[in-house]
Amino acid sequence: METTLAVARREFRSFFNSPVAYIVIGVFLVVAGWLYFSTVFVAGQASLRAFFSIAPVLFVVFAPAVTMRLVAEERKSGTLELLLSMPLRDWEVVAGKFLAALGMVAVGLLWTLPYPLTVASLTAEGARFDWGPVVMGYLGLLLMASSFLALGLWASAISRNQIVGFIIGLLLCFAFYFIDKFAMVLPESIGELLQYLSVDYHFANIARGVLDTRDLLFYLSLTAVGLALTTRTLGNVRQ
Amino acid sequence: MIRIEGLTKSYGATQALRGVSFEVPRGQVVGFLGPNGAGKSTTMKILAGFVTPTSGTARVNGIDVSVDPVASRWLIGYLPENNPLYEEMMVRDFLDFVAEVRGIPKDRRAERIRNAVDRCGLRAVLGKDIHQLSKGYRQRVGLAQAIVHDPDLLILDEPTTGLDPNQIVEIRGLIKELGQEKTVILSTHILSEVQSTCSRVLIINDGRLVADDAPERLGKGEGGTVTVVLASRTGALLQTEAVRSMLERVAGVTGVETAEGEGSGTLGFRLRYGAEDIRRSLFEAAVRNDLCLLEVKRQHVSLEETFRKLTGGEGVRGPQDEKTPPLAA
Repeated sequence: METTLAVARREFRSFFNSPVAYIVIGVFLVVAGWLYFSTVFVAGQASLRAFFSIAPVLFVVFAPAVTMRLVAEERKSGTLELLLSMPLRDWEVVAGKFLAALGMVAVGLLWTLPYPLTVASLTAEGARFDWGPVVMGYLGLLLMASSFLALGLWASAISRNQIVGFIIGLLLCFAFYFIDKFAMVLPESIGELLQYLSVDYHFANIARGVLDTRDLLFYLSLTAVGLALTTRTLGNVRQ
Repeated sequence: MIRIEGLTKSYGATQALRGVSFEVPRGQVVGFLGPNGAGKSTTMKILAGFVTPTSGTARVNGIDVSVDPVASRWLIGYLPENNPLYEEMMVRDFLDFVAEVRGIPKDRRAERIRNAVDRCGLRAVLGKDIHQLSKGYRQRVGLAQAIVHDPDLLILDEPTTGLDPNQIVEIRGLIKELGQEKTVILSTHILSEVQSTCSRVLIINDGRLVADDAPERLGKGEGGTVTVVLASRTGALLQTEAVRSMLERVAGVTGVETAEGEGSGTLGFRLRYGAEDIRRSLFEAAVRNDLCLLEVKRQHVSLEETFRKLTGGEGVRGPQDEKTPPLAA
C-alpha cells in the first residue's frame, strides 16, 4: 500500500513538473468554463446542466490526455525496467499510476468548483440551492473519469509511443461514450444492452441525483477491467 | 548467492539464451563478458527480476526469481544498461522515491540515503535535476539508486559505458569498494576492466557460457609471443634470413615474424610459442650461434585474444544484434 502511494506520488509530481499537465488542465477549464458561462451570460440561466451534460464528452478527450504518458513514456525512456525491477507487484505499479491520474483529474475538477458556488450565490432570495445533484454530479464525474482513466492507462501500456497511446485511449473512451447513441434505431433488447454499456447513460443517472448500485457497479467494473488489462500488458512487457 | 540452472530465453523467434548454468558464491565479483547480443543483458535482466525466463531457474539466496520475484528483488540492487533515470526528478527526490519503493522504513530512510549519497559522492548535486547532470554523475546516481537499500547482490549492466577515462577510474574504484562486502555481477566490453575489478570471468557467446575462470588464468597454457632483439657477439653483419631460419629451429617455436630492432647491427623478431616456455632453449641457441640477446620479452595470450577466440573473431553473431543499441566501447 505504501509503495503504491509512493509510485502515485512520484507520478503526480512529475505530471505537474511537465507543461503537459498545465496545457491539458488549462484546455479542460477553458472549455468547461465556456460551457458554463455561456449558459449564465448568453442564456441567462444560472445552471450547471450544460456543464454536466457535456462533461462526458470532455472527459473522452481529457482522460486519455492525462494517461497517455503514464506507461508509454517509461517504456520509451527505459525507466520501466528500473520500476519493474523494484520489489513491487505489477498491480501495485498499475494502481499507483491510476491513483496519480485520478488525482490529476481531481485537481482539474477542483478548479470548476467556483461554478456551483456562483450558481448557489445567484439563487433567488428565499429559494434554496439544491446541492444534491451537484455533489452527485461530481461523484459521477470522478467515477466516469476512473473508468476512462483505466482504459487510457491500458492504451498507454500497449505502445511505446504516447501519441499512439492517446489515440487508442481516445477511441476506447469514445466507443464507451458513443455506444448507446444509436440505440433507438435498434431492437429494444440490444438497445438496452448497449445502453447498459454506455458510460454516458450511467452518468446521466447519477447526475440526476440518484446513486444506484447498478451505475456504481458499472463504473467500478469497467475500471477494474481496464486496470486488469494494464497489469496483464505489463506482464507481457516482461516476456 | 546465485544459482542459475539451464536458463533459456527466447524473444519471439530469436533465442537469446540457450541454456546457461552457473553459480556465484557470496562475496565474489564476477565479470560478464561477451559480444553484443550474446545474452549478457538478458541474463542480468532475468536475475534482476525484470524479464521472465522461458525455461530454467535463477535463484538468488535460494529464492527463485520467477516464483517469488518481489522477495528476490529485495536482495538485489540493479543498474540497468544505459542507466535509465527519471530525468525530470531532483536527485534527492529520486533517491527518496527509490528508498520508499524499496521499502526502507521511514525512520531509517534518511540515514540510508545519506550513506548512499556519501559513498557515491553525490552531495554536491542533490538539489539538481537529473537531466542537468554529466554522464559521470548520472552513473553515480544509478549506482546510488542500486545500493540505497544495502542489497547483498549488485547487478551492474555495463556500468562504465560512455564515460571518459577519469570517470571510468572513479566508477571502477567505487565498484571495487562495493565488491569488498557485496556480491557483484558486472557486464562490460572493456577487458582490462575485468582484469582490474573481477575475481572471476564468465564469457558468454551466442546464448551459451563458453568460459568460466579467473581472469589471470584465462588463456594460460595457450602460449603467447616472445619478442627478442639480437646482436652479433663478434660484430659480424647479421643476415636476417639466416637468423630467422636459426630461430625457427629453436625447440618450441611455432612461428617467426620480423619486428623492430634497436638500430643498426641489431635485429628484432617476434616468436610465437605453444604451451612450453622457449626462453631457455632460445638462449642456448643464441650462444651456439654467437648471438647476443639484447632483449627478451614474453607475453601470454591476452584476455582480448582469448575473448576473440572464444566468441568467434569479430564478435557479433546471430540475428540478435539488430536489437542491441550501439554502445561506445
